[in-house]
Amino acid sequence: MQIISDVREPLVTGDKTYHDITKDIAGRVEDSPAPLWWGAFAFALVLLVAGGAFLGDMLWNGIGRWGLNKTVQWAWDITNFVWWVGIGHAGTLISAVLLLFRQKWRTAINRAAEAMTIFAVICAAVWPIVHMGRPWLGAYWVLPIPNTFGSLWVNFNSPLLWDVFAISTYFSVSLVFWYMGLVPDFATIRDRAITRFGRIFYGVLSLGWLGGAKAWVHYEAMSLILAGLSTPLVLSVHTIVSMDFATSVIPGWHTTIFPPYFVAGAIFSGFAMVLTLMLITRKVYKLEHYITLEHIELMNIIIMVTGSIVGIAYITELFMAWYSGVPYEQYCFINRSTGDYWWAYWAMMTCNVISPQVFWFKKVRTSIVLTFILSIIVNIGMWFERFVIIVTSLHNDYLPSSWTYFSPTAWDVMCYVFTFGLFFTLFFLFAKFFPVINMAEVKAVLKSSNQHVYKNRDTIKDPHNVV
Amino acid sequence: MAAHKDYHFDREALNEQFVFSAKAKKTIFIIIGIGVLFSLIGLFFMATDSGHHDEAHAAIEMTGNKLASLENPDAVQAQGQHAAEAGHHAYHWTNRVKVNLWINIIYFIGLSVVGLFWVAIQYISMAGWSVGFKRVPEAFASFLPLGLILFLATFAWGYHEIFHWTDTSLYDEGTAAYDAIIAGKSSFLNIPFFIGGSIVIIGGWYLFHFFIRKQSIAEDKATDKTQVRKRYRTMVKLSAAFVVFFGVTSSVASWWWTLSIDTHWFSTMFGWYHFASWWVAGIAAITLTVVMLREAGYLKFINENHLHDLGKFVFAFSVFWTYIWFSQFLLIYYANIPEETAYFVERLSSPIYRKYILVILLVNFIIPFFGLMTRNAKRKMTILKVICITVIIGHWFDFYQMITPGTLRENGSFGFLEIGMPFIFIGVFAYLVGLSLAKAPLVAKNHPLLEEAYTHET
Repeated sequence: MQIISDVREPLVTGDKTYHDITKDIAGRVEDSPAPLWWGAFAFALVLLVAGGAFLGDMLWNGIGRWGLNKTVQWAWDITNFVWWVGIGHAGTLISAVLLLFRQKWRTAINRAAEAMTIFAVICAAVWPIVHMGRPWLGAYWVLPIPNTFGSLWVNFNSPLLWDVFAISTYFSVSLVFWYMGLVPDFATIRDRAITRFGRIFYGVLSLGWLGGAKAWVHYEAMSLILAGLSTPLVLSVHTIVSMDFATSVIPGWHTTIFPPYFVAGAIFSGFAMVLTLMLITRKVYKLEHYITLEHIELMNIIIMVTGSIVGIAYITELFMAWYSGVPYEQYCFINRSTGDYWWAYWAMMTCNVISPQVFWFKKVRTSIVLTFILSIIVNIGMWFERFVIIVTSLHNDYLPSSWTYFSPTAWDVMCYVFTFGLFFTLFFLFAKFFPVINMAEVKAVLKSSNQHVYKNRDTIKDPHNVV
Repeated sequence: MAAHKDYHFDREALNEQFVFSAKAKKTIFIIIGIGVLFSLIGLFFMATDSGHHDEAHAAIEMTGNKLASLENPDAVQAQGQHAAEAGHHAYHWTNRVKVNLWINIIYFIGLSVVGLFWVAIQYISMAGWSVGFKRVPEAFASFLPLGLILFLATFAWGYHEIFHWTDTSLYDEGTAAYDAIIAGKSSFLNIPFFIGGSIVIIGGWYLFHFFIRKQSIAEDKATDKTQVRKRYRTMVKLSAAFVVFFGVTSSVASWWWTLSIDTHWFSTMFGWYHFASWWVAGIAAITLTVVMLREAGYLKFINENHLHDLGKFVFAFSVFWTYIWFSQFLLIYYANIPEETAYFVERLSSPIYRKYILVILLVNFIIPFFGLMTRNAKRKMTILKVICITVIIGHWFDFYQMITPGTLRENGSFGFLEIGMPFIFIGVFAYLVGLSLAKAPLVAKNHPLLEEAYTHET
């Protein structure tokens, strides 16, 4: 028997029935798109095309188009790569880790978060590919493919190669997890389809799902197995990304705390991006009864916790640089906080460590506007974190005569814009053609977690009075 | 739970009172007795200096001159001033007693505070399943006051032998013993700050325990719902404050109490590594205590579903500890910077300590990983007991290899004293936990989430 204590908040409000859930979520897929959707989609396409033009130009003319120089050989490219991969972590955390921890509130947000993961990983993958210079030969650099180029073979000692394996494994498992979760919902949409296109399109996607008891048993077992597989993968991906830096002997890069600290930072930025997307989706698709203030508050708490973990890691790095007595380490951190890039360092500190502390106040945690602003601030902060780690550690290297400053060019900026275009194009297509909330799983918690179950609770007041 | 129709949740019926029986006390005294006996035998051998001599000789011969510079990072830094310094650290058999006390004090203070950390995490994450046995981790922190006394006493007695940085000659500029690197750390590594800070840390932990415990007992006695809710909310807030305090202090404590032993060495991961070792050992100790109470006929409604979840925690955090251990090792190994590798060279090239690296990886990773992998294993009390005891012993060895090489160097050893002393600590720890459990009802009957724990299914 499933007992849920009355100190918990309901997960589905507004007296919803099973049919309402289908109507509210599958309805968005069946309706023709709203003008707002067309506008947003067109904007994403503009970013994609405009950024794509610069990216194409860069590929044609070479990486010299970027602002890299012989001291700062890695800058926005790898910053953007790490930033996107980091964002991808929240989806798997929600779908896998929260499943293992039996957090039922994940049901309303897992679908969109997993989609976000997949698109973010695609955006991340753009960077290593385009920075190869000649990406059509890229497979030889990243995969052990026999060839006639002479002594060209992948370097198994390189964490960059480990990245290839880690991220492709992670991507495959996340994709399977996401798709399997979609199957029952596709079947629902197929069964409701009134157009020929809908019947065929969702009929193929739903893999003949009939919703029998046995199929559900398999579904549940598969979810747990995939969750068990994805959990170490979440850790491994950003661990290995962190090793791209930490295995080196560059002060500011080589520090042992990097693996868990990068993972915490990734979850931090990922949740911020989930909130950015969900707050908009919730509003546009009128999903306030499914993505309630309780969901938003819990996500904000995770942001606060992971932001504070990241803060402890920053302080640990600073302390150890001093404590180590190594002049290089000490200089590196003095340079970070007071050198040419002081503004980036303090932007990072303010956005990542100080700003999430406002979530200690329940009023802020449950304010939609403030949450939205904070979610953007956190994402800016996490971009700066990677920029600070990468560029400030490189620009003043071991040889003072080569010290220099990195300035981005239009190509740096526009190639980054391209990935935004790609990300939002994919996300808007997803929001239109796929159900943004896992209907089947929300239905599974409806009975035990609607607002009638709770007689004596003090529910959070929704400022928009939709509850 | 079987028939839904007849189901009625009766909080009062779940109430139990733990009686610290004469039999349990006797068992604990026997454990302490064994510990005392082993320790005395160990002390006798050490004082009369038999049995140990050959091993120490072998160690010196095998490490040889070439490794001496790597074995002792001071030598790398202080360039030849090593000889003068070594005079200060002439080995006496009591050094081993001091170091052993330190290992056990740090380890058991860790197990103790992990109990409180567990309780705090359960409150802020609103975990329902674990409510039934929350008095067990709550009782763990009752060791802290004694822990603090032992900590201060041992520090007062053995600081010079345990902490190289307390040697005042290191700070005399211009003398042969002067060590610029250690002198640079003196604003953190100095005796007044160390003692003051440690009192604030352990005292702070205890104060949080005191207030959380007070609310917890008050919740039991509360009669109306608003009272219960108020106590519950207060505990959530106290828990959040404690988690913040512990998040910072657990790292600082590790730098002071353990990292600074190898005074030259540093690693940003160390704080979390130290915590991970405490944390998984603490969870294993909680699980073991729950299983033993269950076997003694207490905690009647705690069934295999709850044990299953505890088993998952032991499994998952064993993997987590290994992840942290391996990340730290790999990054140091890969970058191969002498200042950092010195720590592992000191351990891996020493015939005394080499084996412990493999032992701790085997015992702390392979055994819980394979032992607790299946569903059935996590639901059987016997298997849980065996694995939890293994994990607790394994992490003791983790602390042994963190603390011993930097203090006893080539004189380190594992003998009767090392076996006896943990027995004494286990006995004392168990006695204090028993006393604390007997003071309050064993089930927090008014906990708002108790019903979820009662009907929990995995």
